[in-house]
Amino acid sequence: MSRLSIKQESRAQTVVEGLYKDMERRISASPSGICPVDTTSAFLKMCMTQSCGKCTPCRVGLFQLDQLMDMVLDGTATVDTLHIIHTTATAIANSADCAIGAEAGKMVLRSLDGCYDDYMAHIKSQSCKAKLDMSIPCVANCPADVDIPGYIALVGEKRYADAVRLIRKDNPFPVACALICEHPCEARCRRTLMDAPINIRGMKRAAIDGAGIVPPPERMAVTGKEVAVIGGGPSGLTAAYYLQLMGHQVTVFEQRSSLGGMLRYGIPAYRLPREMLQQDIDCILSLGVKVQLNTRIGTGAGEISMEERQERYNAVYSSIGAHKDKKLDVEGEEAEGVMSAVELLGKIGDNCYPDFRGKRVCVIGGGNVAMDCTRSAIRAGADKVMCVYRRRIEDMTALPEEIQGAQAEGAEIVELHAPLRIETDSSNKVTALWTDPKQIGIIKGGRPSPVDSGKEPERIPCDIIIVAIGQAIDADPFAEAGMPVNRGTIKAALWTAIEGVEGVFAGGDCVTGPATAIRAIAAGKVAAANIDNYLGYNHTITLNVDIPEPNLKDRDYCGRINMEERPADERKHDFKLMELPLTEKAACQEAGRCLRCDHFGCGIFKGGRKQEW
Amino acid sequence: MVTLHINDKEVQVAEGTTVLEACRAVGLNIPTLCYLKGINEIAACRVCVVELKGENHLITACNTVVYDGMEIYTNTPKVQEARRVNVELLMSQHRTNCPTCGSNGVCQLQKVASSLNINETINYPHFFRKSLMEDFPIQRDDSKCIRCYRCVSVCEKVQTLGIWDMVGTGARTTVGVSEGRTISASDCVACGQCVTHCPVNALRVRDDTKLLSGLRGALNNPKKVVVVQTAPAVRAAWGEAFGLSPEVANEKRMAAALRAIGFDYVFDTNFTADLTIMEEGTEFLNRMQHPEDHKWPMFTSCCPGWVRFLKSQYPDMVSQLSTAKSPQQMFGAVTKSYFAQKIGVDPKDIVCVSVMPCSAKKAETEIPNINDAAEGCKDVDIALTTREMCRMIKAALIDVEALPEEEFDSPLGTGTGAAVIFGTTGGVMEAALRTCYKVLTGENPSADETFKAVRALASDKPWVEATYNVNGIEVKTAVVNSLGNARKLIRAVRSGEAFYHFVEVMACPGGCVGGGGQPIHYNEERAADRGKVLYRYDANNTMRFSHENPEVQALYTEYLGEPCGHMSHKLLHTDHTGWQMPPAKKYDSDVKH
Repeated sequence: MSRLSIKQESRAQTVVEGLYKDMERRISASPSGICPVDTTSAFLKMCMTQSCGKCTPCRVGLFQLDQLMDMVLDGTATVDTLHIIHTTATAIANSADCAIGAEAGKMVLRSLDGCYDDYMAHIKSQSCKAKLDMSIPCVANCPADVDIPGYIALVGEKRYADAVRLIRKDNPFPVACALICEHPCEARCRRTLMDAPINIRGMKRAAIDGAGIVPPPERMAVTGKEVAVIGGGPSGLTAAYYLQLMGHQVTVFEQRSSLGGMLRYGIPAYRLPREMLQQDIDCILSLGVKVQLNTRIGTGAGEISMEERQERYNAVYSSIGAHKDKKLDVEGEEAEGVMSAVELLGKIGDNCYPDFRGKRVCVIGGGNVAMDCTRSAIRAGADKVMCVYRRRIEDMTALPEEIQGAQAEGAEIVELHAPLRIETDSSNKVTALWTDPKQIGIIKGGRPSPVDSGKEPERIPCDIIIVAIGQAIDADPFAEAGMPVNRGTIKAALWTAIEGVEGVFAGGDCVTGPATAIRAIAAGKVAAANIDNYLGYNHTITLNVDIPEPNLKDRDYCGRINMEERPADERKHDFKLMELPLTEKAACQEAGRCLRCDHFGCGIFKGGRKQEW
Repeated sequence: MVTLHINDKEVQVAEGTTVLEACRAVGLNIPTLCYLKGINEIAACRVCVVELKGENHLITACNTVVYDGMEIYTNTPKVQEARRVNVELLMSQHRTNCPTCGSNGVCQLQKVASSLNINETINYPHFFRKSLMEDFPIQRDDSKCIRCYRCVSVCEKVQTLGIWDMVGTGARTTVGVSEGRTISASDCVACGQCVTHCPVNALRVRDDTKLLSGLRGALNNPKKVVVVQTAPAVRAAWGEAFGLSPEVANEKRMAAALRAIGFDYVFDTNFTADLTIMEEGTEFLNRMQHPEDHKWPMFTSCCPGWVRFLKSQYPDMVSQLSTAKSPQQMFGAVTKSYFAQKIGVDPKDIVCVSVMPCSAKKAETEIPNINDAAEGCKDVDIALTTREMCRMIKAALIDVEALPEEEFDSPLGTGTGAAVIFGTTGGVMEAALRTCYKVLTGENPSADETFKAVRALASDKPWVEATYNVNGIEVKTAVVNSLGNARKLIRAVRSGEAFYHFVEVMACPGGCVGGGGQPIHYNEERAADRGKVLYRYDANNTMRFSHENPEVQALYTEYLGEPCGHMSHKLLHTDHTGWQMPPAKKYDSDVKH
């Protein structure tokens, strides 16, 4: 007998570890809409397996809770059962010896409190309120309802133009979205149950690269109705595209000198080259949409008032976006060398590229816009670019690949530093950013908050400071025109109508606050449908593209093909597109991974895909 | 053409064919449960699985399209075992009480289980308890449901009502009324298409036979005179329950069987179908005289499912329904007035029973303002389905084949050829046109030829239209069956794409012959065949025109006076706005409520 021996994992334990990994992925890809009682009951069973069996509340209490939950699910429970569940779970939470029991008890309490109506439905009418709204997870998660399995299948068969046409049925920005969409569609991809989600944005990229220029469908019969769209960003142009297709005449009013909104003035060219964005815009304009650039809304010279538009047009869609910057509110913010993200990216949008050669740049913020600024500053030739953020890197809201990309290009992420003040020289030029070092602390609302670290303030010498802490909406002209404005955003219903203002609709960032392009596009689509109805029509947007039958071969586990970028050392010197295209071979392999939830599973129920809207 | 191999034999089929259809083309019968062609091809039950050469995972025959070079094996041990296990799993949640089950003998689960040699199941039985047994014509027993979702698809796709839906999630997912409603608070029209497409009797029509049979039943109450009427479509289908042809199981044997059960008077709804034509035809011609005073088209009102549909989906069009009651309700009104007087019996002592191919007829008898004949009693007391009638005949141990043919009783037992075609799509329109022609021209048209164009049974279009010029008056007519098609027609009318004067609507595919009360045959649509039987009855009848029915003429002379006269309005017409239907789940965008 030896005194000690080296720990070794048993074979069974290795298998179980693998099962845990599989279940982690499975949970992360859970469709929304699952019965909360059923989910809690399942989680509870998992908790029971983890009980060491020592203390009473955990060993016996969780077992009892499980029995009681089954009664609720089977429709044999009464309101008394709920009281017993509550009492038992509270006792477990308060008296279990360790977190295994206590956290399980708390989970049941959170579920019972937060989903009380669902529990009551099971008890009172033996019915479940839950309704799976994710029969095709990617489509359900796409704000614009794009037929994703459809176009992936088309890409798999190299029918790229058909794929673009299919995307345009729901989204007239296939090119822009192929490059910059945040792809919420991938979040719950069922393929995750097997290995990893499909690279859906990559599939769209393959479609637009393979298709070239695809003309829009034929316009429907002219109706004689005129619609004004205020704001030529993704939301306004989407509404314009569909309304024009439906036979109405749309005029887009844009305050800047070019169309595209945040796609041009918010997203730097190295992610979305202007000529590629122009492909989408050209397609939209080719239907006959009229455009008035450099026209602001207002009552001043060269401006057009809201009232005037309401009089001249049968309907108005307001999609002015969120182009006002938020202030840091620290000393020295007015200094020369301090600029906002909106200012920097806006100038780049008008092809005025800044020259940061020989400069040290601090970008303040942790979102995707901060990353855009960081990487643009690098491309503008800055000597050194630091991104200053008050929480940890893992708390940043920017996509991980954006952060990693910026780091690869040489950006330094200065985490856990909150801006304190801006130091200037005698000529009011920025000389440094003073920060307050933080340490991470208590979790509030799901996010850990930065708290005082007790360390001394630090000085980060720099010449340029870019503030990227969010945008706001310039809603004043609308408020003046009598439209409801709430906390700086225009108040509109989910169907984009503005209550009390006949014939005026609103959507996109100006209603939601700064959000993603695809959400703005979705709002434009919703607005088009409802404006069409408001004008007394019921045009349907439809498309006859045969979707390939699904492949019946057994599914092999297969890694996800990610997008590749030009080498960091090369791409950081220019504003040209940094993402590389997929090869046809890669695109086909990735398309072949799609599980075709439009055919298998609940996606085929009630006739399957939405053919029209 | 696509070439594939099935069980190593080369097979050629058209492109787009499913594996199931290809197998059937070569005589291989693959079992199915959830499959309903074109309507429910969702591969849920996994009973039709077959093996695709080279692949581990089995594929479903029902919704997989063939391709060149495909090699299919339909009955390998792996396939057999998967099929058997899946059927056993379904049986574990299906409360098997076959001897007392309404679907005994026609149940598809029973058929599949016995064909797969399943004698006992290995699984622990677990039945769901969420049963829906409200006092509504359509009832549901969750402990029988195998969750094939055919009912959901039929209601959604064929009838465009979406009353049923998947309810809940996970292992306890089942079928329930959509949007958390109860069925009686929903816009269910009670057409019963979900029932006739349910493979296992989880969905059924309320059984009202107990009100008649048994010691306390009306048939055994000496104080009661029990009168029965049988709808046209019943005679075309009732024999199916006995495995008899419609020639053997004809209307005369049906009359004999009903008499043998113990009904005191055996009458025919055809009589009031002719009466309906007199009333509805006159109403139509009256409306045509002042076209500017009316909204068009005028819709027929014989089908209670359709009336419920229009009231819930397009309430602003209810005034366009003919005010004429349905033949069932006219029969009840005449029975409890004219007939009661004739036999000198208090209407309260008459039990008026109807046998209908329909489940919505039960709801029709319960419309609050439908009873006009006598105070304190319903015009029609009990509406039975064809299936209920067949069960009563069976329970009375009647050997149908051995029965001699008997005539219907008089005076409410005579019907013309125009009346018997009421049971099929286009029939009401044709019958009405035959009589309108006579009124306008003074002559009878050719019963066989003149209005043939409205016979819609074989049409593959959503609806059939025909324009007639009678004596200088142009009449635009349309005939539509199934509520999905009716919705299409209404949308076309509302948008101005179509214009008609007179539209016949029947809620069930093929008309009443395909009704929700008719005998059930898994995955067989028999409406067209039954319709042909009715046209044969029409052709063989010596009277082809409603206005020539002598008993109807007698009724007018002795009692009613004239069509659409004072007495008719009291007894034979109704106010469709006098009762409420729960509103529709979703409206067409132009419908204002």
